[in-house]
Amino acid sequence: MTQKQKARQPSSKTLPKASTGIQGLDEITGGGLPNGRPTLVSGGAGSGKTLFGLEFLVRGATQYNEPGVFMSFEETIPDLTQNAASLGFDLDRLVAEKKLFLDHVHISRSEIAETGEYDLDGLFIRIADAVQRVGARRIVLDTIEALFGEMPNPGILRAEIRRLFDWLKQKKLTTVITAERDRPDKLTRHGIEEFVSDCVIVLDHRIREEISTRRLRVVKYRGSTHGTNEYPFLIDEHGISVLPISSLGLDHAASAIRVSTGIDRLDGMMGGKGFYQGSSILLSGTSGTGKTSVAAHFVDAACRRGERCLYFAFEESPRQVVRNMRSIGIDLEPWVRKGLLQFHAARPTYGGIEEVLLVTHKHISSFQPSIVVVDPITNLLMVSTLNEVRSMLTRLVDFLKTKEITAIFTSLTAAGGSLEASEADVSSLMDTWLLLKAIEVGGERNRALYVLKSRGMEHSNQIREFVLTNDGLRMLDVYLGPEGVLTGSARVSQEMREKAVVTFRQQEQETRRRELERKRQIFEARMTMLRAEFEVEEETIQQSISESKLLAEEVLQDRGQMVRSREADTSAYKKVGGTPAARKR
Amino acid sequence: MSKTKTKTPARPRKSTPPKPEFWKLRLYVAGQTPKSIRAFANLKVLCEKHLKGCYRIEVIDILENPDMARGDQIVAVPTLVRDLPGPVRKIIGDLSNTERTLIGLALQPVV
Repeated sequence: MTQKQKARQPSSKTLPKASTGIQGLDEITGGGLPNGRPTLVSGGAGSGKTLFGLEFLVRGATQYNEPGVFMSFEETIPDLTQNAASLGFDLDRLVAEKKLFLDHVHISRSEIAETGEYDLDGLFIRIADAVQRVGARRIVLDTIEALFGEMPNPGILRAEIRRLFDWLKQKKLTTVITAERDRPDKLTRHGIEEFVSDCVIVLDHRIREEISTRRLRVVKYRGSTHGTNEYPFLIDEHGISVLPISSLGLDHAASAIRVSTGIDRLDGMMGGKGFYQGSSILLSGTSGTGKTSVAAHFVDAACRRGERCLYFAFEESPRQVVRNMRSIGIDLEPWVRKGLLQFHAARPTYGGIEEVLLVTHKHISSFQPSIVVVDPITNLLMVSTLNEVRSMLTRLVDFLKTKEITAIFTSLTAAGGSLEASEADVSSLMDTWLLLKAIEVGGERNRALYVLKSRGMEHSNQIREFVLTNDGLRMLDVYLGPEGVLTGSARVSQEMREKAVVTFRQQEQETRRRELERKRQIFEARMTMLRAEFEVEEETIQQSISESKLLAEEVLQDRGQMVRSREADTSAYKKVGGTPAARKR
Repeated sequence: MSKTKTKTPARPRKSTPPKPEFWKLRLYVAGQTPKSIRAFANLKVLCEKHLKGCYRIEVIDILENPDMARGDQIVAVPTLVRDLPGPVRKIIGDLSNTERTLIGLALQPVV
């Protein structure tokens, strides 16, 4: 009892899955296709159904030790083998190693007449025998619907197909059934999806503006969560690769190591240390603002440190980049020769955007650089829509982050557009955004640069002018005039004007100071004069006071003498005061 | 040229019921099912009626010999393969519809 429960538990909790080994698909489906159950892979002509099935089997046989059987209802075995070889799969070897069994089922309606009751045991027995021979765990039926065109009685066929699927489930074979999809509102031409209820994957191959894109979508996956988006996929010499946007998650490490930008004063604008290692940097600006030059500085500095750089040039040829950078004193050629710098130049129009992404991935994986430059990302818009470019860049950024590769993306801002709207609208993906702009003033066009954002570090808020000299990019001093930043000769003239103002002010002050001094001197002189005058006056007054005092005493004396001499009543006389004396005078 | 002309009127041998060719037939079955037994019985009757003496039936059980089924591209059972005379023809079913079987084998009696 307990044992039974134990054995049942895992299967009831999580659906067992069979890894497809197809790059990216297992991430979308959360581990692969439902193990021991049928999966319908539907798609139009040329959408890659057969290759999907083949890769599922080959990966199973080579990577997961699960042999497989391929029942082909359309292509012959030599054709299949040849097609698989174009994906790098050696079917003959797998067949010889008894890891794979190929069977081509072919009926031509013209040579068949129906004369009574029959069933499809012939097919079943062939399948059962094939499964038994290699001990298959996986089987692909490509495309069983072809039988509908060949067998006279669809009623019998449907019943038999149902019986077949039941048998496959019972045998616990992980099955891929491919089906042709000729109308967008139907999954399959003959409605065989009704037999497959577990997992349905739709492949699509569409052409937009002359560029083809393959897409994959998991329409249904019973009992399992799955990515529901349409995922672009590619078929190349390594098989199918699906590029899931969400597969990488956001759990990449965040390095605290800083790397120099190669421009001292630019480092200075970012806390003196430059970018974070493994961060994504957007350099945006209108044309001719020096995006490539800033990137080249960074590349040059990295190569000097002995780091490997990968440069994706979507607009210029490597030689052109090297030549142009030489003109500002950066010689990239020695790095190319040393193998530290690798260029990959191609117009993105040669393939779809997925191809660009895949090629990018491949080069990064093989070269293992620590710095990647994509110049410019805006060219990708030529081949795709904004949405696709965004999702592609998201995936690229995520990929680079997991690898801790510092990446510089340049983005061309269309003239007249808003500067802070990066063309590909990817600014939120970026850790650091340097905006380069041209400032046109007074008949001049000058370059300026500022750090629009830089996550996780202090950074300057100043708009800095820079010039491209023979000796590289040189940042100039911040110059902020009353009307904002001034550049070029306007800055120079403004500086001179300000200097004149300062001198003038100094002179004025000096004059004022002297004036004051003079006033003080005058004041003091006046003070002295007044005092002298006062003193003179005081003296005079004092003199006169003392004189009159003397006089009064004299008069009193004289009167006394007179009284005494007349012997008058002194008391009566005293009352009258000095008037008689004055009268007397 | 005149010679051939004289020969042509001599050609009408429309009703030559016993065909001179030798018929080689293969009946594919999957085990001893009612269908396969029925098919064999029907075939036997038919051959005795139309091809008496100049036919051979080979019954192949694909359960025992799946590779044969692959070689002859057998999907449905029972399947009757007319190997000889050429070209190869296949008819599927238990051969209970005699008329269709005869058409299928190109053995239709002259009307």
